[in-house]
Amino acid sequence: MTAATATTEAAPTAERYLTINNIEVIYDHVILVLKGVSLDVPKGKIVALLGANGAGKTTTLKAISNLLRAERGDVTKGSVEFKGNRVDQLSPNELVKRGVIQVMEGRHCFAHLTLEENLLTGAYTRSISRAGLKEALEKVYHYFPRLKTRRGTQAGYTSGGEQQMCAIGRALMAKPEMILLDEPSMGLAPQIVEEIFGIVKDLNQKENVSFLLAEQNTLMALRYADFGYILENGRVVMEGDAENLRTNEDVKEFYLGLSSSGRKSFKDVKHYRRRKRWLS
Amino acid sequence: MRFFLEVLISGLLSGVMYSLVALGFVLIYKASGVFNFAQGAMVYLAALAVVGCMEKGAPLWLAVLLAFGIMTLFGIATEKFVLRKLVNQPPIALFMATIGLAFFIEGLAPMVFGSDPRALDIGIVDEPIEAILNGWGMVISKFDLAAAAIAAVLVTTLALFFQYTRIGRALRAVADDHQAALSIGIPLQHIWAIVWGVAGFVALVAGMLWGARNGVQFALTFTALKALPVLIIGGFTSVPGAIVGGLIIGASEKLAEIYLPALMQSAFGGNFGGIEGWFPYVLALGFLLVRPEGLFGEKHIDRV
Ligand SMILES: Nc1ncnc2c1ncn2[C@@H]1O[C@H](COP(=O)(O)OP(=O)(O)O)[C@@H](O)[C@H]1O
Ligand SMILES: [Mg+2]
Repeated sequence: MTAATATTEAAPTAERYLTINNIEVIYDHVILVLKGVSLDVPKGKIVALLGANGAGKTTTLKAISNLLRAERGDVTKGSVEFKGNRVDQLSPNELVKRGVIQVMEGRHCFAHLTLEENLLTGAYTRSISRAGLKEALEKVYHYFPRLKTRRGTQAGYTSGGEQQMCAIGRALMAKPEMILLDEPSMGLAPQIVEEIFGIVKDLNQKENVSFLLAEQNTLMALRYADFGYILENGRVVMEGDAENLRTNEDVKEFYLGLSSSGRKSFKDVKHYRRRKRWLS
Repeated sequence: MRFFLEVLISGLLSGVMYSLVALGFVLIYKASGVFNFAQGAMVYLAALAVVGCMEKGAPLWLAVLLAFGIMTLFGIATEKFVLRKLVNQPPIALFMATIGLAFFIEGLAPMVFGSDPRALDIGIVDEPIEAILNGWGMVISKFDLAAAAIAAVLVTTLALFFQYTRIGRALRAVADDHQAALSIGIPLQHIWAIVWGVAGFVALVAGMLWGARNGVQFALTFTALKALPVLIIGGFTSVPGAIVGGLIIGASEKLAEIYLPALMQSAFGGNFGGIEGWFPYVLALGFLLVRPEGLFGEKHIDRV
């Protein structure tokens, strides 16, 4: 079977955890957006998914979390596996119960609910006691003390940074193993972004939560991530350890704006084009 | 003064019944953004189901239980077979679907339960409360008071349910941002089914109260039209708004009915009657001009 071949060709980094195999996504039955994306998130790691606006980062995350269907998008090829099981037919509800949750781009807090109520909704899929809920809440407050001080404020009246914290905290309430975090830095002041990435790293190390982190803020993401993929036009054009990507001349040129020669696209850099992991 | 108070109080008490119908609208509108034109038809269906079951020999409590079952099933079926298919469609398509639903109910329900107007006896008589009559000389109907009390209990229960329970919070979350709710694993379909079930229950209570008071007849579907000014005044998304809006409409229409004709007669001459029929709409129109989101309508909070 083809899947078996795929396993033998796995990235050498670690055991299989979240694996996306050559997925293709089409919106509205006609708009082809992802043209065969494959990537791995090993357990306990932070993996950055980088690329310009419109590259397909959000689409990739939604293909994993199964939020695509609500936007008339379809995964037409390939597969998504989590801990060895295919998850691409699961509803978001079932997926959250299995430990994979998405924090959407633009934060999407419940504007008329207080911050604390927002957090509490995050535990919807868990059947826990009142005491367990309280404990989970305190844990989130431990990582985001700012949320505690403003717990009674309606989310719509809090700052962008607080909303981002609220969105991450709300996801934490579901006790996830894996968070798909979409553009947490969007529209936030640099020191807030720094604070949030610091907490993400903390959660990763102390709570052992794995992250797939979509970011346009390449430099910042690569400072906190272990591994990175660069998407362009619905394809992975480059991948590597965060450290290597950060020092790579072409990445510097295209995404960090640190040098200037004439190349316009990774497409021109033949040797970066990834061979497909397996033919589907 | 005593007479004024009497009019005011009976107006407020009957206003509570408007609130009940409006509440059904608010619940569904809040949670799914659907303006459910069929709410009035649901009130009619619920009342018919109760009398229908009683005619077949069921005692009142059993008839109410059966009607509750019917309303719940009906709500869930509506969500499953009509609205779920229309997810992601523009609101106007959903609105049209509920209009279709209203006609469907108005046609089907009388076929099943009979169409001739009938009385519904829920064991509360419509006569003055003696203590008040003797003590203050005011006529306050027992029925109105009981109906208001039932509505108050229902509304309080719902408010507590929304505010403090897990499902209630999820309902509010879905109302705010259903994509985000989906992303954290709240199953929208369950929530919508629950909302339709609750709206069905509210319609049942409203249908029984209205049916007991005015008879179970096709005209019950028009109660929905009275809910419209209530919603405009209270705001489409607010449970307290539905309550206060109902009270305002109930009280003002009764007061207008009593006091306006004399005023208008002295100003313009001629005879004025039937003010109760149109006054709420004029009042609502005034509100639309001054405060279009209604008294309690949720302000749209712009995200930073
Ligand atoms: N719901 C949708 N319907 C049609 N096209 C879409 C939809 N969402 C995104 N796209 C298109 O898919 C491409 C990738 O978008 P997206 O995944 O949001 O990129 P990114 O998150 O990297 O900015 C864009 O060209 C965008 O216009
Ligand atoms: Mg995006």
